[in-house]
Amino acid sequence: MSRAVATTLHQNWHADPQAELAHKCLYYMSLMREVEDRIERKLYRQGKIVGGVYVGRGQEAIPVGTALVAEPGDVLFPSHRDMAVFLIRGVTPGRIFAQYMGRAGGVTGGRDANMHMGDLNRNIVSIISALAATVPVAAGAALALRYQGSNGVVFSYFGEGATSRGDWHEGVNFATVQKLPVVFICINNQYAYSTPLGLQMACANVADRGPGYNMPAEIVDGNDVLAVYEATRRAVDHARSGNGPYLLECKTFRMTGHSAHDAAHYVPKDLFEEWSKLDPITRFEARTLAEGWGTQAEIDELHAAVHREVDEGVAWADESPYPDPATLLDGVYESY
Amino acid sequence: MSTTYLEAIREGLWEEMERDPNVFLIGEDIGAYGGAFKVTAGFFERFGARRVVDTPISEAAIVGAAIGAALMGLRPVAEMQFADFISCGFDQIVNFAAKCRYRWNASVPMVVRAPSGGGVHGGPFHSQNPEMWFVRTPGLKVVAPATAYDAKGLIKSAIRDNDPVLFFEHKALYRRIKEDLPSEEYTVPIGKAKVVREGKDLTIVTYGAMVWVALEAAATLAEEGASVEVVDLRTLLPLDRETVCQSVRKTSKVLLLHEDTRTGGMAGELAASIGESVFEHLDAPIVRVTAPDTPVPYSPPLEDAFLPNAEKVIAKARWLFRY
Repeated sequence: MSRAVATTLHQNWHADPQAELAHKCLYYMSLMREVEDRIERKLYRQGKIVGGVYVGRGQEAIPVGTALVAEPGDVLFPSHRDMAVFLIRGVTPGRIFAQYMGRAGGVTGGRDANMHMGDLNRNIVSIISALAATVPVAAGAALALRYQGSNGVVFSYFGEGATSRGDWHEGVNFATVQKLPVVFICINNQYAYSTPLGLQMACANVADRGPGYNMPAEIVDGNDVLAVYEATRRAVDHARSGNGPYLLECKTFRMTGHSAHDAAHYVPKDLFEEWSKLDPITRFEARTLAEGWGTQAEIDELHAAVHREVDEGVAWADESPYPDPATLLDGVYESY
Repeated sequence: MSTTYLEAIREGLWEEMERDPNVFLIGEDIGAYGGAFKVTAGFFERFGARRVVDTPISEAAIVGAAIGAALMGLRPVAEMQFADFISCGFDQIVNFAAKCRYRWNASVPMVVRAPSGGGVHGGPFHSQNPEMWFVRTPGLKVVAPATAYDAKGLIKSAIRDNDPVLFFEHKALYRRIKEDLPSEEYTVPIGKAKVVREGKDLTIVTYGAMVWVALEAAATLAEEGASVEVVDLRTLLPLDRETVCQSVRKTSKVLLLHEDTRTGGMAGELAASIGESVFEHLDAPIVRVTAPDTPVPYSPPLEDAFLPNAEKVIAKARWLFRY
């Protein structure tokens, strides 16, 4: 559990397990939102981020609701809008800011940008830009977990656009033939760059692809963190019990352009308005109050703590030096 | 007892699987069938379905799954049924595997075996030499043994290496060459070329099946009184430029030979390296003998015209001697 959770835990938050879970959900969704807001709306505009920025605003319930289910031995393959996966696994906001700023303190030390980061000590594998390419790799990681006698499960994240690619199908087919312990998590945010769903696939749902692989598939409200959490538990139980892969389609909406430079003029305005009413954080705060899992004062306190943590992270990243050009040739091979 | 090139690869794989329980095989038709060329015959019976994984026809999944398993600490050996099909797994190799260490310090100790090369009337999709697609991808290692000894020693080194290694094994050599191998265990280091014939008048630099063409040409030229040195690169990436340059310093003439097509072939990189490092030692232009820039044709007269052979090498060598 991160420092901030520990410091903001109020008596009531862990009065019962459900309240404790609610607190974690709210904390990590808020932290992801704040980290990404700071990256996109401050650091990027200040020119401190030299490369691309792709955020998951409005989609926070998916990485949070899924990754909170993961056991330490489970291996996670987050996609480019799944920031919370890193936060839940203990990567600090400071290292993430430094990653975006190309600093030595970033997760890849300036070798790669934005969400292109991984850490095998935390069982997180990095994406590459061709996003579906991680799907067969995730299948291979699951093959290894079974080979090693572990009961670990692999979480393979991707957008709906990735499911158009051949390597997505090859990876899913291999995983289902081998009955590997993989949960395939589709973040269906309805746009792949500017391409809407109807130009991406002829079926109505990504979940419709499941039966072709004899794979159970479930559609879940991707803006309801507890719904995602519960569905993930079903999926993980299925995979961990040796029944093979499970496809979870989390329906959501991309509340931004593809990247920070994309104003998304191609998205009808009323869709943004409609989906903003379903914001996962606002919704979950209302639920938290209604269920009595926390008070408004406690929620305010949580947000204040998140702000402080993010401020500290930005300051830390700003202090981090740029990588030394003398290290350019290092690490192409283990020793060469 | 003599061991063929194919048996040498099989022995190397077998010994590594016996030695290290993390080594496993993955590919198409490699299990009960024993592989299209029978390199893995008998492995399924000995090691079972857990360690000899038959896959769907999915090169991207084969390579991708090998990467995923390697990231988790296993040592997969993936088989491409033919090197020509490796293009179906290209993104996995050049974008995923090759860049993991540099980007995020993750080891991918994976081997991809790729039966390559012509001379078997395989036509455009069963004869190619696609090694240069990968030689210009930093992060990969690329080996291409010419002898049974090196094939066994290099497959063992490739499996033990902590970086992704592409192992180009030449189909035309599988059952055509054999030699007595040491009974004791040995490996051959990756990244080291070898002078396979000493000489003082001309250096031929080559690799793979063309090593045998170079040796045949050298034997004929010796009868004419010319002393030819033959350098077998054995590893194409990382490239052992030093052994090449050392030989050129000695002979002052160099002929670069490969079965791969001409433009962008290994000869171009070698010529540039020689020009940069030992230009003042050269007594003649650097010459190339390679396949022309065409797909590999099927019909014997066409394929014979496509492939470099001793006759073509000898003609170029004589030109160099007259220069």
